[in-house]
Amino acid sequence: MRMLLPHPLLSLSLFVLWLLLNQTVAPGPALLGLAVALIGGWMLKRIRSARLRVRRPLVALRLAGVVAVDILRSNIGVAQVIMGRRKKRHSGFIHIPLSLRDPRGLAALAVILTATPGTAWVEYDPEEGWLLLHILDLVDEEEWVRTVKHRYEQPLMEIFP
Amino acid sequence: MNHAAELPLLVAVPVAVLLLVGAALALTGSIGLLKLRSFYERLHAPTIGTSCGMSCILLASMLFFSVLQSRLVVHEILIGFLLIVTTPVTLMLVGRAALHRDRLEGSHKVPPSARPEDHAAAAQSDG
Repeated sequence: MRMLLPHPLLSLSLFVLWLLLNQTVAPGPALLGLAVALIGGWMLKRIRSARLRVRRPLVALRLAGVVAVDILRSNIGVAQVIMGRRKKRHSGFIHIPLSLRDPRGLAALAVILTATPGTAWVEYDPEEGWLLLHILDLVDEEEWVRTVKHRYEQPLMEIFP
Repeated sequence: MNHAAELPLLVAVPVAVLLLVGAALALTGSIGLLKLRSFYERLHAPTIGTSCGMSCILLASMLFFSVLQSRLVVHEILIGFLLIVTTPVTLMLVGRAALHRDRLEGSHKVPPSARPEDHAAAAQSDG
C-alpha cells in the first residue's frame, strides 16, 4: 500500500481535481484521473520522501473559518483606506519572531497573510525565524505580533508538527 | 447568452448583486493601485480583487450555472483555490525585489534586515 500510494492525501486531491476539471465521473476520465493521481504521488515521493501528513483536521477547519472572517474584515478595512475614509493612517513594517519551522506551515502562513489585504509578507529570515511584514493600517505593533502568533501560528504548529 | 432570460428572478437578483459587488471590489483594488502612496502600500490593493472580489464573482458563476444547468457546478472552487495559493508567489517576488532595490539604494525607509536588532542598531547610528 505504501509502495502504491506514498502520498494518499495528494493523490486523492489530484483525483478530485481531475474529476472537477472534467466535470464528470464517467469511467474513462475517472480512470485517467486515477493514473494522474498515482503518478503524481510517485513523482512527489522521488522529490521528497517525507510523508505529507495533516494532523488535527478540526483545527485546520477552524483556522480556515477564522481566516475567512479576517479576510472579509480586512477587505472592508482596506477598501475604506483606499476610498479615503481614514485620513490619519500610518503604514509600516513590523518584525515578528516565528517559532514555526515546518516549510508547509510557513507556506500556509504566507498564503494566509498574503490573501489578507492589509498585510503583506515581505521577507523571512530562516536562520532565526524572523518575519518582516508590511501592514497598511498600523496602529499597534504588539497587537499585530500577538494576532499573527496566536490566531495563525499556534494552530498551524498543531496542524504541521 | 440568451439562456440568461430563463433564469428565475429569485436567482437572477443574487447573481447580479454578487457580480456587482465583486466588480466593485476589483475596481476598488485598482483605484488603490493609483491612490496609495508607496510601493509597499500598493502591494495591498490588488489583494482585494483576488480575495473577496474573486469570491463574489465565482459565487455568482456557481449560482448562475448551477441553476441554468440544473446540476451542481463547483469547479469554480478550483479557480479560487489555485488563485489564492499562487498569489503569494508573485506578491512575495515583487515585494522582495522592491526591498532589494531599496536596500541597494540605501533607503532608510525600509528595515535593513528581517531581524529587528540590526534595525535598532542602524537607527541609532543614523540618529
